[in-house]
Amino acid sequence: MTAGSNRFGAAIGWLLPILILLMWEVMSRLGVITENVLPAPTEVFAAFLRVLKSGDLARNIGVSSWRALTGLAIGGSIGFALGLANGLSLLSRNITDTTLQMVRNVPHLALIPLVILWFGIDEGAKLFLVALGVFFPIYVNTLLGIQTVDPQLIEMGRTYGMDRRALFLRVILPGALPSIFVGLRYALGIMWLTLIVAETISASAGLGYMAMQAREFLMIDVVVLSILIYALLGKLADSFVRLLERLCLQWHPAFQKTARS
Amino acid sequence: MAKPQLRSVETAPAPAPPAFSFQGVSRRFGAKSVLSNIELTVPQGEFVAIIGKSGCGKSTLLRLLAGLDQPDGGQISRAQTQPGQSSIRIMFQEPRLLPWARVVDNVAVGLTGLAGRAEAKARAHDLLAQVGLAGRDGDWPSVLSGGQRQRVALARALIGQPSVLALDEPLGALDALTRIEMQHLLGRIWQTQGFTAVLVTHDVAEAVILADRVIVLDAGKVALDLAIPLARPRRHGHPDLALYEQKILAQLFGDEAI
Ligand SMILES: Nc1ncnc2c1ncn2[C@@H]1O[C@H](COP(=O)(O)OP(=O)(O)OP(=O)(O)O)[C@@H](O)[C@H]1O
Ligand SMILES: [Mg+2]
Repeated sequence: MTAGSNRFGAAIGWLLPILILLMWEVMSRLGVITENVLPAPTEVFAAFLRVLKSGDLARNIGVSSWRALTGLAIGGSIGFALGLANGLSLLSRNITDTTLQMVRNVPHLALIPLVILWFGIDEGAKLFLVALGVFFPIYVNTLLGIQTVDPQLIEMGRTYGMDRRALFLRVILPGALPSIFVGLRYALGIMWLTLIVAETISASAGLGYMAMQAREFLMIDVVVLSILIYALLGKLADSFVRLLERLCLQWHPAFQKTARS
Repeated sequence: MAKPQLRSVETAPAPAPPAFSFQGVSRRFGAKSVLSNIELTVPQGEFVAIIGKSGCGKSTLLRLLAGLDQPDGGQISRAQTQPGQSSIRIMFQEPRLLPWARVVDNVAVGLTGLAGRAEAKARAHDLLAQVGLAGRDGDWPSVLSGGQRQRVALARALIGQPSVLALDEPLGALDALTRIEMQHLLGRIWQTQGFTAVLVTHDVAEAVILADRVIVLDAGKVALDLAIPLARPRRHGHPDLALYEQKILAQLFGDEAI
C-alpha cells in the first residue's frame, strides 16, 4: 500500500460519522427529532462554545482527565507490579493469585455504595474505583504475557549466559509486552466507564457532574455534549496507546509496514 | 582419484587433547533409562556426528554435554577454555531468535558477558557477512526465510568462538536444497575456525559428508563408532560416501532391511 492510499484509507473511516451527523442535523431541522429528545448538532456546538467561554469545559475536562490518569497510574502500576511478581515467582503467585482471582469476580461498580460510605464523595472514591477497575486487566494480561513467553527462548538465553536481569530485560519483558498492551487498552475502556458512572453518581466537578447539572436544568444540549466529549477522550486515549504500541512492537509482524500488500 | 584421498589421512599426527569426554555417563527419566554407561572421548577439532532412531537419547546426550542437564551417573569432563571464549554453544533445531531484536543484536547475544555492546555489534556485523547475510543487520527475524534464520542462529553460536559447537538437528526443518547449502557453509566454517563439532542428525548422508567420525546410538549405548577418513571437500553422491552410508544404515536397521 502506498502512503497516499493509506491516507485515503484513514480518511474513509470518517465518512460515515460525518454522514450520520449531517442526517441528524437535517432530521432535527425537519422536526423529525424533537429538541427535547436530541438537540441538533449545531445546537450542541453552540453549547460547546458556551461552556468553552465560561471556562466550565476546560475545568471539568481537566478534573476528569486527572482522575482518569491518576487512577490508571495507581491501579495500573500495582497491577503491573503484581503481574510481574506473580509471573516471575511461583511463591508470590501461590500466595496472592487465588485471592486476586476471587476479588476479580466482584464487579467493581457494585462497590460504589460501600466506597461512598468509605470516602464520601471525595476524590478518593473516584480514584479508588478507577484504580480497582484498571487493576485487573493489567494484572491478568501482564501475568499471562509472562507465563506465555516461549520457554525455548528462555532456555536459549540461559545457555548464552544471560543473568536474571538480562533474561528479564531482553527476553521476558519484550515477550510479554504484546499481552501487556492488550491489558492496557482494555484497562482504558474500563477507566472511562468507571469514571462516567462514578462522576454521575457523586461528584462536585468533572464531566459527569457537568452532565448531571445540565440534566437538572434541562439543558439537554450540554448533556449530549458531555457524552460526546467522553467518547472523544476515550478515542484519544486509545489512539495514544495504539501509537505507543506501534513504536514498541515494531518487530511484531502485525505492526510491520510491508512495502507491498 | 579416490584411492590417494583415502590414503592421505593415514599418516595420522599425534592425537589432539580431548575436547570433552563422557565416562560411564547414564541418564534416567523416572524408571526409563535413556542413556546407559556412555563412553565417548572426542579430540579437539574433531567433527562428530551422532545418529540414532528418534527417542534414542541424542538430544539428551547433547543437553548433558552443554550442561543443560546433569547425568545420573558417570562423569563428563570438558577442556578448559581461554578467557573471552565460550566453552560450548548449542544450536537447536529451531533458530530460537529473539523476535524483538534485530538480526545483528540477535547475533550479539552470543557475546553476552564476553564483550561490550559496541564490540559485540561490530563482530556480529562481520560474522553475518561470513554466513552469507551481509547487509541484513537491521532486519527483524520475522522477515527472514527459514534457512536465513538458521544462519543467524549459526552466527550467534559461533561469535563467542566456542571450543565446542553442539548442533541438535539444526538443518532438520530446512528444505533439501537449503540443507545442502547449509551443510557446505557449516563444513567451510568448521574447517576455518577449528572448533570441535558435535552434530546430531537424522540424515545419514549429512553425517557422512560432514563428519570425521559417526557415532550410532541405540538403546542408550554407543552401537557403532565409525571413522570417516575421507578428504574434504566431499561431494554428495560420491561412491566412497555411499560405502559408509551403507555401514551406518546396516547398523541402524540390521542387514536385511537394506
Ligand atoms: N525432560 C524429560 N523428562 C522425561 N523424559 C524425557 C525428558 N527428556 C527426554 N525424555 C525421554 O528421553 C528419551 C530420549 O529423548 P531425546 O530427546 O534425547 O531423544 P532424541 O534421540 O533426541 O529423539 P529425536 O531424534 O526425536 O529428537 C525419550 O523417550 C524422551 O521421552
Ligand atoms: Mg532430539
